[in-house]
Amino acid sequence: MVSSKSNSNNNYDVIVIGGGIVGASIIRELSRYDLKICLIEKEAELSFGVSKSNSGIVHAGFHSPPNTLKGPLCARGNFLYDQLHLELGVPFKRVGELVIIKQSEEIPDLEKFKRWGEECGVPGMKILNESEVHQYEPSLSTDVIGALYAPTAGVVNPYEFVFLLAQNAKKNGAEIKTSEEVISIGDRVAKTTEVITTKDRYNTKYIINAAGLYGDRIANMVGIYNFKIIPRKGEEYLLDKKLKGLVKQVIFPLPSKTSKGTLVIPTLDGTIMVGPSAEDIDDKNDLTTTDEVCWQIFDKAKQMIPAIHHKYLISTFAGNRPVPVKLIKNAKGKYVKDPDGDDDFIIAKTDDVPGFINVAGIQSPGLTAAPAIAEKVISILKDDGVVLKANKYFVSTNPNPKKIREMSDDELDKLIKSEPDYGKIVCRCEMVSEGEIMNAIENGAQTLDGVKFRTRAGMGRCQGGFCSFKTMELLAKGLDISPLEITKRGEGSNILVEDLKKQKEKI
Amino acid sequence: MDEQYSCVIIGAGPAGLSVAIAITKNSKKKVLVLDREKHPGGILNQCIHTGFGLTQYKEELTGPEYAWRVYSEAKELGIEIRLSTSVIRVSEDKVITTISAEKGIEKIKAQAIVFCTGCRERARGVIHIPGDRPAGVYTAGLAQKFINIDGYLPGKRVVILGSGDIGLIMARRLTFQGAKVLAVLEASSFVGGLSRNVVQCLDDFGIPLYLSHTIIDIVGKNRVEKVKIARVDENMRAIRGTEFEINCDTVLLSIGLIPENELAEMAQVKLDPATNGAIVDENYMTNISGIFSCGNALHVHDLVDKLAVEAQTVGKKVAEYISGGVFAESDIIVTHDDFIRYLLPKKISGKSDVRFHFRVRRPLSDVVLKLNNFERKFPYLQPNEMSSVLIPAKHFEDIEEGIQREIKIWIREN
Ligand SMILES: Cc1cc2nc3c(=O)[nH]c(=O)nc-3n(C[C@H](O)[C@H](O)[C@H](O)COP(=O)(O)OP(=O)(O)OC[C@H]3O[C@@H](n4cnc5c(N)ncnc54)[C@H](O)[C@@H]3O)c2cc1C
Ligand SMILES: Cc1cc2nc3c(=O)[nH]c(=O)nc-3n(C[C@H](O)[C@H](O)[C@H](O)COP(=O)(O)OP(=O)(O)OC[C@H]3O[C@@H](n4cnc5c(N)ncnc54)[C@H](O)[C@@H]3O)c2cc1C
Repeated sequence: MVSSKSNSNNNYDVIVIGGGIVGASIIRELSRYDLKICLIEKEAELSFGVSKSNSGIVHAGFHSPPNTLKGPLCARGNFLYDQLHLELGVPFKRVGELVIIKQSEEIPDLEKFKRWGEECGVPGMKILNESEVHQYEPSLSTDVIGALYAPTAGVVNPYEFVFLLAQNAKKNGAEIKTSEEVISIGDRVAKTTEVITTKDRYNTKYIINAAGLYGDRIANMVGIYNFKIIPRKGEEYLLDKKLKGLVKQVIFPLPSKTSKGTLVIPTLDGTIMVGPSAEDIDDKNDLTTTDEVCWQIFDKAKQMIPAIHHKYLISTFAGNRPVPVKLIKNAKGKYVKDPDGDDDFIIAKTDDVPGFINVAGIQSPGLTAAPAIAEKVISILKDDGVVLKANKYFVSTNPNPKKIREMSDDELDKLIKSEPDYGKIVCRCEMVSEGEIMNAIENGAQTLDGVKFRTRAGMGRCQGGFCSFKTMELLAKGLDISPLEITKRGEGSNILVEDLKKQKEKI
Repeated sequence: MDEQYSCVIIGAGPAGLSVAIAITKNSKKKVLVLDREKHPGGILNQCIHTGFGLTQYKEELTGPEYAWRVYSEAKELGIEIRLSTSVIRVSEDKVITTISAEKGIEKIKAQAIVFCTGCRERARGVIHIPGDRPAGVYTAGLAQKFINIDGYLPGKRVVILGSGDIGLIMARRLTFQGAKVLAVLEASSFVGGLSRNVVQCLDDFGIPLYLSHTIIDIVGKNRVEKVKIARVDENMRAIRGTEFEINCDTVLLSIGLIPENELAEMAQVKLDPATNGAIVDENYMTNISGIFSCGNALHVHDLVDKLAVEAQTVGKKVAEYISGGVFAESDIIVTHDDFIRYLLPKKISGKSDVRFHFRVRRPLSDVVLKLNNFERKFPYLQPNEMSSVLIPAKHFEDIEEGIQREIKIWIREN
C-alpha cells in the first residue's frame, strides 16, 4: 500500500537498495557514522538474492589483473575478513586454495596468476611442484603435476555473514526493511530524492543501488542506461558429511574467461560441495538445476578428486551471477553492447544523477570483495562532500551466538541449566535447539528458510523431514501468526494449505 | 560418570520397547530406554491407519494403539523409560552422552547397548530431481505428520513419487482429507510397498499408478505448479517422446527409508552398505562386543509383527550377554548370490539354528533357496516383502575348518 503523504520519519541520509552481501556490508559500514540510514530488500529475508546461493569462497585475489576494480578489491576484501570474523562472529576459516594443472605447458598460466596476485597484494602464494602438490592434497588425481597455492583463501557462510552484518547495523541504528520492493524513484528536489516502494514513500539524500541482478532496473529508474545485467547461472551440488576431510583446500582447475571453473570446496560446515557451472541464461529468476549439468559437474570434479561420487549427493541449488554488460548509444540513439566494455564491477556515482551511487554488476568475487566495496562507497560519499561524523553509540561487535553444536559438554550443561530451551533439540541431524531457533526469530527470521539459513535447522541429512513442523510452530509463536501463514521463503511459498481441525468443526 | 546400567536401549519405538520387555523377562538386570521424543512409540504415532499387530495380537490395531499396548506392558514390568532425552554421542567403550532440557548433559555407562533408532526418509536431494525448488515438495512421512499429528493439509493436488508403503498410505489419507491424488509414479517396473497397500490405498480409490515413470522436472517459483513426467528405461533414463505434464501443487516423495546409524558409527560399529544397518552376527551383536541392533535401525521392516519377533530374539540374547553368558564365536561369514539384495545375519557360529532375513532384488517365482544340502522352495519372492528362512544347525556342520570360513546362500529358478 502506498501512503500519499510522507512524514519526517521517512527522511533519510542514505537508502541502500538491496540486502545482499554488498548492501549489508555497506549499511554496516554506514552505521559507524551519525547518519539516518535504511536498507530496503524486496525478499522476505536478507541474502535471498544471489548472496545465499554461491560457493562461499573468500578468494585470495589473484584471478583478476591489478588494473581492474575486481582484483584489488578482492585482495583487500579478503584481508578484511579476519576483523569481521572477530567482531561479528562471521563463520570464516582460511583453508587456502590450489589451482591445479595437469600439463607443464600450463605453468606460465600459473605464473601469470601469481604475478597478478602479487600486484594486487596477495601474500604467501607459491607454485607447487608435483610431489609438493600431492603432499598438500593427498586425494588429488595422480595426473596432477603442479599447482598455484594461495594460503589466504578461505571459506565463509555467506548468508550468515549477511545476517550478522545486518544485525550489527541494526544495533547501531540502521533500519532494515524486508518484503518491500522499490518500484520507482522520483525527481531530485532540494537535494533529496523520493524512493517509492510497495509499502511506503521515503525521501533520501543518497541512494545506493546494490540490487544485484536488478541493478540495471534500479539504474533505469533514474535514467541510467549504460549497462545491463545478465544472469549467469551456476549450479552447486552439496555432498554428505561422510566425505568430511576429503580435501583441505579449495581445488580449482585453470580458470576460463567466463568462470573460475568447477571447484571442489570444503565448506565451513564440514561438507564437500562441487560446482559451480557457468551458463548465460535469459530469466533472472531461473534457478533450476538440470541433469546434464549435474553429470558435467561430477565428471569435472572427479577429474580433480577421483573419490567424489554422486551417491554422496544430499542437496542441490543454483545461483545467478549478476554479470554487467556495458552499453553505449549508437548512431540511431539505441543502447547497444559497448565493444570496448569490460565485465568489471560498476562502483561509481554518476555526475548527471546527483545523490545516486551504483554498486552494480557485482559478480564473483563479490562475496569476497564486499567489505572492501563498502569502504569504497564510504570514500565516494566523502569525496562527494558528505560529512561523516562518528556514531557515538557504535558497537563493533555482536553478542556471542549460542550454537550448541560448537560448545563443550560443560559449557552446554551450564547454558541449559540457566536456559533450558537450549536443551530441547529440534533439528537432530545438525543439532539445533529450540533456544537457537527462537533467537533467530528474534533476530529477524520470517520464514522456514530464514530459520534454516540462520541456524542450519533442516539442512542436514533428512533435509527437514523431522523438524519442519516444530520449527513452523516456533515461527508461528514468535511471529504471532498461524502455521498456515508460514512460508518457505516469502509470499506465495506457503507450506500448508488447510487447517484440518477447522474442517472437522465445519462437519 | 553420572549413572550405570546393565543395558541402555536407544529408541522407544516398537523395537526399543519390545527389546526392553524381552530383556526384563529374561533377566533381572537394570535396563533403561531413552527417546528424544515426548511420547514413546516412535514412527507408529503417526501411523493412524489400521493393520498393526495382525499376527501378534490377532487384532487390527492402529499404530498408536499398538504402541500403547507395548508401552503399557513395559510400564507394568517397571522398565525405566526416559523421554525428551536425545542421545548425542556413544563411544566404543559404551558411554552414552545425553542432552535434555531437564538435566542438561549427562553421561551413562552401559554394559550393553541396543540401537533401536529407527530410520529416516530419503529426501529430494539424494536422487536429484531437476527443476525449481519451490515449497510443496515433501517426504511422504513429513506429510503424514502434518496431517495426522499436526492437523494440517499440506496440499490439494498431489503427485506422489515412489511407491513405498508410506506413499501408498498417504495417497489414501490425502484422499480422505479432501485432496486429489493425481498419480503415483514408480521408476522401477514393480511396486515398492506391500501389495495389500496397492489394492487398499490406490485401486479402491481409482488413483492411477504409473510403473517405470519418474519426474524429470519440477516447475514452480514459489509453490509447485506442475511436474513433467517421463517413462524410463531399465537404466532409469528418461525415454524421449514419452513426456507428459501434470498440474499440481504438491509432490510427495516416498523413495525409501534409510536406517539411522550415525550414532552407531560413532561407536565404531560397522555398517552393511546393502542395508545401511549394522553388520550383525546370529546374536544380533555388532562388531563391537556388547553393542546390538534391532528394528528399522538394523534393516527396514514392513510389518511391525515381524519386528516383534526379531525383538524377542534380540532381547533374549542381550539378557544372556548381560547375565555373563559367553556366545560361541561367530566366525563363519555368510555370503549370497545376486538374486538376494541383502541378507542377515552375516556372521554365524555354525553351532545353532539360524533364522535368516532377506530381500530379493526383483520379483521371482517358483524358486529354491539353497545352502549345502538344505533346500527350501518359495512359490514367489517379492522385493517389497521381507522374507525369512530358518536353517537348522546341522546344515552348517560340514563347513571346512580353515582360516576364513564362509558359506553361500543361493537361489535357483525352476
Ligand atoms: C554460483 C555462484 C557462485 C559464486 N561463488 C562466489 C565465491 O565463491 N566467492 C565470491 O567472492 N563470490 C562468489 N559469487 C559471487 C557472489 O555471490 C556475488 O557477487 C554477491 O553475492 C553479489 O551480492 P549482491 O549483494 O550484489 O547481490 P544480491 O545478493 O543479489 O543482493 C541484491 C539484493 O537486492 C534485492 N533487490 C533487487 N531489486 C530490488 C528492489 N527493486 N527493491 C528492493 N530490493 C531489491 C534483491 O532481492 C537482492 O536480495 C558467486 C556467485 C554465484 C552465482
Ligand atoms: C509410515 C509407516 C507405515 C507403516 N505401516 C505399517 C503397517 O500398516 N503395519 C505394520 O505392521 N507395520 C507398518 N510399518 C512398519 C513398522 O511399524 C515400523 O517398521 C516400526 O514401527 C519400526 O520400529 P522401530 O522401533 O525400529 O523404529 P521407530 O518407530 O522409528 O523408533 C525409533 C525411535 O528411536 C528414537 N531415537 C532415534 N535416535 C535417537 C537418539 N539419538 N536419541 C534418542 N532417541 C532416538 C526415535 O525418536 C524413535 O522414537 C510402517 C512403517 C512406517 C514408517
